[in-house]
Amino acid sequence: MKYLGKRLLISLLTLVLVSLFTFIAFSIIPGDPARVLLGQDANAAQVEAMRETLGLNKSLPERYLSWLVGFLSGDAGDSIKYHLPINQMVGAYMPVTFSLAGLALIIMIVIAVPLALLAGRKENSVLDRIVSLFSTLCMSAPGFVVGILFIWVFGLTMHLFVAGRYVSYAVDFWGFIQYLIFPALAIALPGAGMLIKYLRDSLMQQQSLDYVRTAYSRGNLRGRVLFVHVFKNALVPALTMLGMIIGDLFAGSIIMEQVYSIPGMGRLLISSIMSRDFPMVQTIVLYIAIIVVLANMIADILIQIIDPRIQSE
Amino acid sequence: MNPHKKKWSVDFKIGLVLVSAIVLLSLVSFVYTPYDYTATDGTRKFLAPGLKHLLGTDNLGHDVFSRIMVGGRYTLLMAVSTVASSALIGSILGLIVGYVGGIASQIVMRIMDALSSFPGILLALVMVSILSVGPFSLVFALIILFIPGFTRIARNGMRQYKSRDFVATASIMGASHLRIIFVHILPNVLPTLLSALVIGLSNAILAEVAMSYLGLGIQPPIPSWGRMLAEAQNYLFNAVWCAVAPGVIIVLVVMGFQFLGEGIRKRYC
Repeated sequence: MKYLGKRLLISLLTLVLVSLFTFIAFSIIPGDPARVLLGQDANAAQVEAMRETLGLNKSLPERYLSWLVGFLSGDAGDSIKYHLPINQMVGAYMPVTFSLAGLALIIMIVIAVPLALLAGRKENSVLDRIVSLFSTLCMSAPGFVVGILFIWVFGLTMHLFVAGRYVSYAVDFWGFIQYLIFPALAIALPGAGMLIKYLRDSLMQQQSLDYVRTAYSRGNLRGRVLFVHVFKNALVPALTMLGMIIGDLFAGSIIMEQVYSIPGMGRLLISSIMSRDFPMVQTIVLYIAIIVVLANMIADILIQIIDPRIQSE
Repeated sequence: MNPHKKKWSVDFKIGLVLVSAIVLLSLVSFVYTPYDYTATDGTRKFLAPGLKHLLGTDNLGHDVFSRIMVGGRYTLLMAVSTVASSALIGSILGLIVGYVGGIASQIVMRIMDALSSFPGILLALVMVSILSVGPFSLVFALIILFIPGFTRIARNGMRQYKSRDFVATASIMGASHLRIIFVHILPNVLPTLLSALVIGLSNAILAEVAMSYLGLGIQPPIPSWGRMLAEAQNYLFNAVWCAVAPGVIIVLVVMGFQFLGEGIRKRYC
């Protein structure tokens, strides 16, 4: 319980720091948002009035606090480009990204765990070498390259889906999932490669320990030792990567949404960067930071549950 | 046990061949390309790969092979400059905080942990949007992105060797702190750093290519592999080779650097 409280506090502190850094970073950018909003032909008085309404003439700490309070109370301000409340837009785009990243996480685990177990049975076996080659290949191919390859192979050649014809989940849920499968697979592969490598290495390492020999000497079969005894222990080092992997999945989604023209947070983020819509960029970054910090926290707590001996410093 | 008796692994050899082939291709592009990489030719659009155009032509009649060669220059240049800078800054920082230890080391490492827990591409996106869109802000963003990895390796190496006898001996003999750090300890950490540096190159290339694909990295008219892919996506059905060529070269160069780094690690570490 004490550990849980401490971990929560650290996460909260990290988030406050991240919000502070993003706020400062976006406040020191040269260029006046009021001027951007009004265009070049606005006169000085109009710009001044706009600064007043945007709250730009207050001091930096005041602006930070009012932004933070607004964010926490669910009002992150308006987008400069779309003139809509930012949270309303993020709310519409977020579920898409979550579905994509969630689907990718499932696919990644389904691919990586069985392959790692196959490879981890025996070091340097033929199977081990094949799986290791596969994982290196996965890690070397950037997600978007694989994504484009999939569009060509599955979309244009095998006609399993039509690239660019995204279906909203509100219209046709199965059509939505079907469209997301291929981008999710493309996002999952690099992560799967990494997970296979780590899980395999830690399976190997565990198998040389005394308790494994004991388990065999008690007459357990190879499969049982591997699944019941070794797997659980081997999972711990792999779980420490879970936080990072989830971060990577979201990062992968940002790019893949661009490849497959999926209207998610990534597409919103990139188009906001292009049009210099900073309030929007700032809010999206903070949301993604929250997701990453939460994922890291959950991974740490899971590890604690699996192996209570580990006390984080 | 003489470590130099160890043979280079297969990993290393594959990596070396891939990397030197691509480096050579980019270097040759300074003196020779099959066609002018900016030359457009309306009569030679979407030609399939063949003897005249090894990798075909694109929608404007550019020779894809020439553009791949020239694009390699910029991708490699950016990767080398970012990784070299961040390795230099990161390892000096890591060696020093590892040597000093205490609260300074804790603070620096916490900041590094926080920095590296965020997805790299997100940090790069934020920084590029704050600075400006283009190669220089991208290089700057990537340098910051890669510092934590080197800091961690250098610090861990330093902590591992700090309490060894040879360090104590050097200290008794009157060697200064700087001399101990850079002359006595650094050479021991160097192989690990070198392997991380080579693997860092593959990560830098991945990041640059992704950012260029998004239109936030290398800007036209300079050809870049990422942008070639983005453009090829529009006419994937007519000319798939325009996407395959940069895609394959990216995978090969990334794989090359990964194998090379892994080979160095296997031999020395």
